[in-house]
Amino acid sequence: MQLAGTRFTSDSALFGNDLATFPNFPAEIRAPAGTVAGVSSFQVQIADFDILTPGDEADVLVAMNPAALKAHLKGVKPGGMIIANADAFEPRNLKKAGFESNPLEDGSLDGYRVFAVPMERLTKAAVADTGVSSRDALRSKNLFALGLLGWIFTRPIDPTIDWLKKKFASRPEVAAANIASLKGGYNYGENTAAFKHTFHVRKAALEPGEYTNVTGNTALSWGLIAAAKAAGLRLFYGSYPITPASDILQELAKRRNFDVMTFQAEDEIAGIGSAIGAAFSGHLAATGTSGPGLALKSESVSLAVSIELPLVIIDVQRAGPSTGLPTKVEQTDLLFAMYGRHGEAPLPILAAKSPSDAFDTAIEAARLALKYMTPVILLSDNYIANGSEPWLLPDLDSLPDISVPFAVEPNADGRFLPYLRDEKTLARPWAIPGTPGLEHRVGGLEKQEVIGNVSYDPANHQLMTDIRAWKIRGIANDIPSLEVEGDEDADLLVLGWGSTYGPIMGAVRRVRKDGLKAATAHLRYLNPFPANLGDILLKYRTILVPEVNSGQLRHLLRAEYLVPAVGLNQVTGFPFKVSTVEKKIREILA
Amino acid sequence: MTETLTYTRKDFQSDQEVKWCPGCGDFTILASIQSFFAEAGLPKENFVVISGIGCSSRFPYYMNTYGMHTIHGRAPAIASGIAITRPELSVWVTTGDGDALSIGGNHFIHLMRRNVNVKLVLFNNQIYGLTKGQYSPTSEVGKITKSSPMGSIDRPFNPVSLALGAEASFVARTIDMDRKHTMEILRAAYEHRGTALIEIYQNCNVFNNHAFLELTGKQIRDENRINLEHGKPVVFGPEGEHAVILENGAAKVVPTASVDPSQIVVHDAHAVNPSVAFALSRLSHGPHGPTPLGIFRSVERPVYEDVLQQQIDTAQEKKGVGDLDELLRSAGTWTVE
Repeated sequence: MQLAGTRFTSDSALFGNDLATFPNFPAEIRAPAGTVAGVSSFQVQIADFDILTPGDEADVLVAMNPAALKAHLKGVKPGGMIIANADAFEPRNLKKAGFESNPLEDGSLDGYRVFAVPMERLTKAAVADTGVSSRDALRSKNLFALGLLGWIFTRPIDPTIDWLKKKFASRPEVAAANIASLKGGYNYGENTAAFKHTFHVRKAALEPGEYTNVTGNTALSWGLIAAAKAAGLRLFYGSYPITPASDILQELAKRRNFDVMTFQAEDEIAGIGSAIGAAFSGHLAATGTSGPGLALKSESVSLAVSIELPLVIIDVQRAGPSTGLPTKVEQTDLLFAMYGRHGEAPLPILAAKSPSDAFDTAIEAARLALKYMTPVILLSDNYIANGSEPWLLPDLDSLPDISVPFAVEPNADGRFLPYLRDEKTLARPWAIPGTPGLEHRVGGLEKQEVIGNVSYDPANHQLMTDIRAWKIRGIANDIPSLEVEGDEDADLLVLGWGSTYGPIMGAVRRVRKDGLKAATAHLRYLNPFPANLGDILLKYRTILVPEVNSGQLRHLLRAEYLVPAVGLNQVTGFPFKVSTVEKKIREILA
Repeated sequence: MTETLTYTRKDFQSDQEVKWCPGCGDFTILASIQSFFAEAGLPKENFVVISGIGCSSRFPYYMNTYGMHTIHGRAPAIASGIAITRPELSVWVTTGDGDALSIGGNHFIHLMRRNVNVKLVLFNNQIYGLTKGQYSPTSEVGKITKSSPMGSIDRPFNPVSLALGAEASFVARTIDMDRKHTMEILRAAYEHRGTALIEIYQNCNVFNNHAFLELTGKQIRDENRINLEHGKPVVFGPEGEHAVILENGAAKVVPTASVDPSQIVVHDAHAVNPSVAFALSRLSHGPHGPTPLGIFRSVERPVYEDVLQQQIDTAQEKKGVGDLDELLRSAGTWTVE
C-alpha cells in the first residue's frame, strides 16, 4: 500500500495538485497479514489550493482486506466512498479482523457508498497474458487499485507506467504484469457503470516556480549536503540506524559522489563520537537519531558543548518513553533536547515545521553550529520524516555563505590560545590538526578561560559556565524575529513549533474565514527563543500552545516569560487533526 | 624540497605539569612515546592523541601535539572520526584496561575489525587506578580489591587474544620498563597502515605494585619472557632451553631438547590466518608464567578510510561530481506558472 500511495502522490504532484501525505505502518517488519495490527496504510490529501495537512477524514478509503476496513473505517467521512477488495472479504480474513459477518453484505456500511470490487480475480485476468505466475500476479493487485483510483480522480497513469518500466527494466515480465494490472484497474473504472462520478481536483494555485515532492528525511539529507557546500566543507555523517531516522543515513550513503562520508557506527555513542572526531578535524559533522538514541548520545553532547566544536545533531522524534510507539509521532523530546545533559550544557535547538522546511532548517542548524562553535540539536519528527509535500525548489545560487575561517596562525603574541573568543559571537577559534604552530589540547575537564589548560579554579568554572550560557543566549540576536500571522487585534495567539504547523495554520485559517479573530506564530528556534517572543506573548489575552506532548513548550514559556499559556495536548501517536485544533480555538473564542 | 625534521623529545613535551603518582609506569611510557614521535619523521602538527578517562587518559595534556581528552571508553570512536576524515594525520589513542575493555569494549572490537588507521596504546595495569583500586577487566580471577573483598569472580580478558579474535591487522605487546622494546613496537605500529593494538604492561605502584614482577624481576624474567620475532623459532629461557610447539591447535611449552627442531613453532607475524598467533596469545593469561612479548600479528588488509575514499572516487567517476540542482530535481518536477 505504501507503494501505491507513493505513486498516487507522485502522479498527483506531477499533475500539479497541492498535497500532503501521511504514511502509517506497524513497527513489526511483517505483522501478521490480515490482522488489524498488521495494517499498513497511506493517507494522502490532494487539493487545488494550498493545503497543510494530509486531511482529517477521508473522502475515499481503499480497503484491500477486512482488517484495513476495520482499522480505518472510523476515519472516513459519513457518506464517503469505500472501495473494497471483495475477494479478500472471505470467512478466514473476516474472522482475523474480528468481523462476525461480512460488512460488505450485512448492511453495516449503509452510510457509505460502497464499491465491492473483486480485485484479485480481475488482476489475475488482467495479467493473464504476461506470463507471470498467479502468485506474482496477485502481488500487483495494489496497482489495480492504483489504476482504479487514477480513473476515479482523473489522474494520468502514464508517469507510473514509465516508472514501472524503469524500475523493472531487468525484469520485463514483471513490468508488463504491473502495467497490465494498473491499466486493468483504470479500464475497470471506465467500463463499469458502478462509479457514477469521478473527482476532478484541479491544479493548485501555488506560488509560481518549479516544484518537486519531497519527504522530510530526504529534504534534511539534502539540506546537510547543501550546508556543506555553503560552508565549503566536506560532510561527515556518523550514525546508527534507528527508526525513523535511518533514511537520512541511507540517503546520504547514496551520495558519495557529493563527497559525502557516511559512517555506520557500532552504536549511537560511536555515531556521535565519530562526528565529534570529524568536527575536530575540520568537517561539517552531523549525527542523526531518534529519542532513545539521543539518550545514549547525551554524554557525548555534553562533551561537544564543553570542547565547543560545531556539530549538527538531528533527533527525528518518535513516541516514547523507551521504545514506545517507534513508528508513530510525538514531539516529546523538546525538554530532553533542552535539558537532557549532565551539568549545565546549553545549546541551540531548532525544529523543522514541515517536510520541505527540513531543508532550510538543516542549513540554518549548520550555520549556527559553525559560527558559534557549538553543537546544535535539530528536531524533526516521524510525521515530517515520512510525510511529503510539494516543495518550491530553492535557488541554490542564493544559498547563504556559512563558511567560517579555520585558525591558521597564533592569536596571542606568538601563542595559540584555543579559548580566546571572538568578541561578538563568543565563539572560540577552530584550529584543526595539521596546522603548524597551533597544537593544542581540548577535553572534558573544565578549561581555564582563554588559555584552555585544565583548571579547577572555582571562579573560573563559574565564568566558563556563564560564558557558555551567554554564547548561546546571544544567538537570539542572530536569528529572525518571530512573525505573527492573522488578526492584529486578536485576543488569541496560537503558538506552535515543529510539525504542528499544518494543523494549527489550517485551523486558524478556518476560524478566520468565519470571521473569528485569531493570530498565530510558529517557532523554528526553541533555544534561544527569538528576541521578540516575550513582547509578542504580552500582547494577547490568551496564548494557546497545541503540542503533540503533554505541554513541554508551554512549560518553557511559562518558566521564561511568566505567561499563563494554555495547552492543547495529545499523545496518541497521531498528529493533530485540523478539526481538533479548530474546536479548541472556537471554545476559547466562544 | 624536503625539510629534514629534527625533533627531540622536548618538542613533544607540553608545558603542563605531569601529575601521575611518583613511580608510575606511565612516566616511562610517556617518555617512550615522546621519544618515538620525535624520531618518527612526521611533522609534529600531524600527530593527534585522543584519550578516554583514567590515569592513562591524561596523556594528551602532556603531549605537545593536537589532542583530545574525551569520554570514558569512547576514544576509539572519536579517533575513528579523525582518522577517517584526515588520512594524512597520525592518530593515536591512549587508554587503560578499564577504559578500553570495560566501558569501551564495544568500540575496541569494532575499531579492530574496521581497520581504521588508528594506533591504540593500551596501558594495562590490571587495576582501576583513577577510581582508586577496584579490579579491572584484566585482573586475574580471585583478585582481592576494594570492590572484590572475597576475590574477583570475573574471568579476565586477554587483550591480545581479544584483538586477534576481532581480526585486528596489527597486534603487539610490550612492557613499560623495556623502553627499547617499546620504541621498536611503536615504530612497527606507526609504519603499519591500519589499526594497531599495542598492549603495554604498566606498573601501578600504588594499587597493583609488582603485578609484572615475573617479567621484570631479575631472577625470573628470563624464565618467563618469550620474545616473539618474525621468522624465528619460538624458544626462550636463559639458555633457550624452553620451546613452544603446537599440539591439537594449542601452543604448549616443552623442553627444547625434548622435541625435533622442526616441531618448534616458527613465528609468522604475517600469516593471514590469525589462529597460530591466537594460540601463542593463550600461553599466558596476564603476565603470569611464560608470556610472549612482541608483534603477534602484522598483516596488510584494506584500510577503512582508503576504501571509503575509493568509493567516493568511483561514485564521482561513474556519476560525475554531485550536482545539487540535479539532485533536487531527481524525483521529477512540475512548474506552476
